[in-house]
Amino acid sequence: MRLWLPLIAVLALILIAYAGVSGAGMNYLFGVFIPYIAFLIFLIGFISRVVKWGRSPVPFRIPTTAGQEKSLPWIKDNKIDNPSTTGGVIIRMLLEVFLFRSLFRNLKSELSGGKLAYGSAKWLWLAGLAFHYSFLTILIRHLRFFTEPIPFFVKWAETLDGILQVGVPTFYQTDMVILAAVAYLFLRRVFVPQLRYISLANDYFPLFLILSIAVSGILMRYFFKTNIVGVKELTMGLVTFSPKIPEGIGVIFYIHLFLVSILFAYFPFSKLMHMGGVFLSPTRNLANNNRAVRHINPWNYPVKVHTYEEYEDEFREVMKEAGIPVEKE
Amino acid sequence: MYDGGKIITGLVVFIGLVTFPLWSNVGKAAKKPDPKIDTPVIQQLPEKERKCIEPKALMQAEHMKILNDWRDAVVRDGNRIYVSSSGKSFNMSLQKECMNCHSNKKKFCDECHNYADVKPYCWTCHIEPKEKEKVAWASIEENS
Amino acid sequence: MAKPPKPEEMSRIDYTMPQTPWMETPVQYEPGCWGYPTKENIQVYNGFPNPRAWSPLDDDWKLPANWKDILLKGMEERLSKYRSFQLFMDICVRCGACADKCHFFIGGGDPKNMPVLRAELMRSIYRKNFTTAGKLLGGLAGARELTEDVVKEWFYYFYQCTECRRCSVYCPYGIDTAEITMMARELLHLLGVGVNWIMEPIANCTRTGNHLGLQPHAFKGNIDFLVDDIENITGVRIDPSFNRKGAEILFVTPSADAFAEPGIYTMMGYMMLFHELGLDYTMSTYCSEGGNFGLFTGSETMKKLNYKIYAEAKRLGVKWILGGECGHMWRVLHQYMDTMNGPADHLEAPVSPITGTKFENARSTKMVHVCEFTADLIKNNKLKLDPSRNDHRTVTFHDSCNPARAMGILEEPRYIIRNACNNFFEMPENTIREQTFCCGGGSGLNAGEFEIIRLRGGFPRGNALRYVQGKYGVNTLTCICAIDRATLVGLCDYWAPPVQVSGLHELVANALIMEGEQERTVGLRGEPLAGTEE
Repeated sequence: MRLWLPLIAVLALILIAYAGVSGAGMNYLFGVFIPYIAFLIFLIGFISRVVKWGRSPVPFRIPTTAGQEKSLPWIKDNKIDNPSTTGGVIIRMLLEVFLFRSLFRNLKSELSGGKLAYGSAKWLWLAGLAFHYSFLTILIRHLRFFTEPIPFFVKWAETLDGILQVGVPTFYQTDMVILAAVAYLFLRRVFVPQLRYISLANDYFPLFLILSIAVSGILMRYFFKTNIVGVKELTMGLVTFSPKIPEGIGVIFYIHLFLVSILFAYFPFSKLMHMGGVFLSPTRNLANNNRAVRHINPWNYPVKVHTYEEYEDEFREVMKEAGIPVEKE
Repeated sequence: MYDGGKIITGLVVFIGLVTFPLWSNVGKAAKKPDPKIDTPVIQQLPEKERKCIEPKALMQAEHMKILNDWRDAVVRDGNRIYVSSSGKSFNMSLQKECMNCHSNKKKFCDECHNYADVKPYCWTCHIEPKEKEKVAWASIEENS
Repeated sequence: MAKPPKPEEMSRIDYTMPQTPWMETPVQYEPGCWGYPTKENIQVYNGFPNPRAWSPLDDDWKLPANWKDILLKGMEERLSKYRSFQLFMDICVRCGACADKCHFFIGGGDPKNMPVLRAELMRSIYRKNFTTAGKLLGGLAGARELTEDVVKEWFYYFYQCTECRRCSVYCPYGIDTAEITMMARELLHLLGVGVNWIMEPIANCTRTGNHLGLQPHAFKGNIDFLVDDIENITGVRIDPSFNRKGAEILFVTPSADAFAEPGIYTMMGYMMLFHELGLDYTMSTYCSEGGNFGLFTGSETMKKLNYKIYAEAKRLGVKWILGGECGHMWRVLHQYMDTMNGPADHLEAPVSPITGTKFENARSTKMVHVCEFTADLIKNNKLKLDPSRNDHRTVTFHDSCNPARAMGILEEPRYIIRNACNNFFEMPENTIREQTFCCGGGSGLNAGEFEIIRLRGGFPRGNALRYVQGKYGVNTLTCICAIDRATLVGLCDYWAPPVQVSGLHELVANALIMEGEQERTVGLRGEPLAGTEE
């Protein structure tokens, strides 16, 4: 159920777009209205989720220290994994965000004959990195549909991505990499028993969704070709707020666009928000300078304590007998 | 500790990035590509014969593949004759066949290619046609 | 109390996942894996709600009538007070990197001991009650109904987490299960569901200043015994002071060091060292406990117990505070104390009176770790150490969770060991430093009744220890944590006998050449030194 229902849901979405455009001719709905709504939901949803996080304070400074602290000057501290300065924190965060440093530490523990061994386990890291960078490159590449003239970095991304100059239209490596990476991320959920056990429907759904988006895009580029100039007219119409539906755009494009819209609208309500969340993680984005700089808790409030006076009042006699100094004789 | 300033800064950067297509296009009229087929050669053709080697829709979608096939046929197999779906024969040559009619690369090829940021590598081997507006170094050399 | 099976049996671990999905697999209270509930009088003394006689094995836990309401309100409040909690509820992608990082999962194979699933026990309730998707889609969105069975499951599994933070090292978003466990425990306490072994020490600590409930004269009496032992072994009579006003330094350490083996040898070590230095320090009977079981209970309790340290430092007029070897105590001192009970403006930035070193890293909290203090002494050649006096020991070092992952005190203890011992060998690299494994007894799990789950959790550490025992002949496991010193003894006896457990300053004091000492033939625990055996 946790696996099949998301798959059925994504197939249903494809059918809806197909029927809506090809059958009912609702090109405007799928080409203009839904993308606008989806983007709006994405933007507002993302912002309000981050604002929601931001409204909860960080009462305590709780970095996870993964290296030597800064203490005595002759002891070499680990400035990145246990940063004591803002600069160190920034480097730690950059490495976390761009290179998934924590995931790079991943190990696999194995038990055989009553003995535990720990092996390197970098595949998840590699697939994760491959997936995210492919996705980013693909996103940047797609800006060619949303800009006129097309900025240099979009051209660079395209040139780089098609550097092999294989096939016509030029084959993009990221198309293949993202498929392989998503397939890996999916298959490990299915075949690793622990992963299957922890996986929820909302883990499979985004995988199927992204897979369908990638596949529909690839089909459109290499197989069911569509009027690309028309597509750009449509997308430019969207971003210049003068939407129009040019003729001759194949239904495959509307399916692709609808799936992307669903992804955008789904994003703020899902685990995909880890994109924003990673920046706010208090175990990573704080310097371990706890004893050097006082951290303020905005809701710190007085609690009932057991004072020394109460203590001495109870134990004065035994204290005096034991020769322990007291305040009141 | 809230770090509100940092969060808001981050959000502003985020909004800036994801709305890039919206604000970067402000004030720029979205011009639609308008490829021209008004070259002298085409003009001279009788109305009925103003047809490409294959139907227009197929050419729009598959011209890059056709050209690619042509290149392979000529370079690898030495085959220079293309028989179209209508049974007519054509010389498989970008410069002598295609560009004979479509001699206006800038107004014909580049119009859409630039719009969709497609970078065909035809002209890394072939010589670009001489056009009045532009004087390529190749053409200067040829003239001298 | 349930008897643990043989180690051979316990190390055959079944990692196969149950047939039923976890939401449909009810919790089974296995013997030796859960804590006895708080006694009524303790609950009352601590001012916690719903005091009653009950057992986790009862069907009816006698929760308050409106328990659901209390719990959800408590959750809402905490979501708005802790960004960590709110964030960690939202951003987990269930990548599974944490799954085999938890010592309880490695050593037991119970899927709900995978950090991700432990957190999902809480997230599923969060989704159901605080997210739109969870409200609308229920199970499909990973949400489930809050029932009494959930409370029972929480009590079982959130007291099978030692808040060691090992999972958070590997999490790509830094999700720290300890944060979630802390919240779960606070919420359970709102319903009057807690463990006596944590709550009684809190009551004792409140009233008498230490976990055992030793009254001032008894505390002093215990220390006096140790002073006699020191004299017998070294011939040097030392004279520690208590509650002495005007001392330069207040020394705070876990009370376990004052009365229980092998902690007492560490305590003897501190006192011998301080005597030899002529340090102007005092100990307090009012805050005779560095440990803080409030960390395992809730922030309010933590603050209440921690209050005493600054208050006593102020009353006695000391300049700064020195802290002994302890794990969770140092988590509180390092990451919470200044925020909760500071600023300690009545103190001065700590300066070692022996070396003149200014402890810049402690300038605000004004509390120095004894390992930092001693490492500085050794570096400045202020100690005469004869490491051969520890030649009867082949030592390995167990990084304690909190000093490693909530502080980063990794090199200081190693530097001290290398100067105090000749035979030091590290355990495998994936089991030490920031990747260190918990002893299995952290966060209040070192009660007798938790023995089986604790030994399971101790399996990874035991295994690493076995490895260096076989390879290098390691016979001493040194650590800087009082809970370790209590828990590791049982762990070693079970997984790697006959390895002994010692504190770091026991080794230091064994090697320490004191002025006027007699020839030493035995170590601090009366064991013969190498070359002196008959």
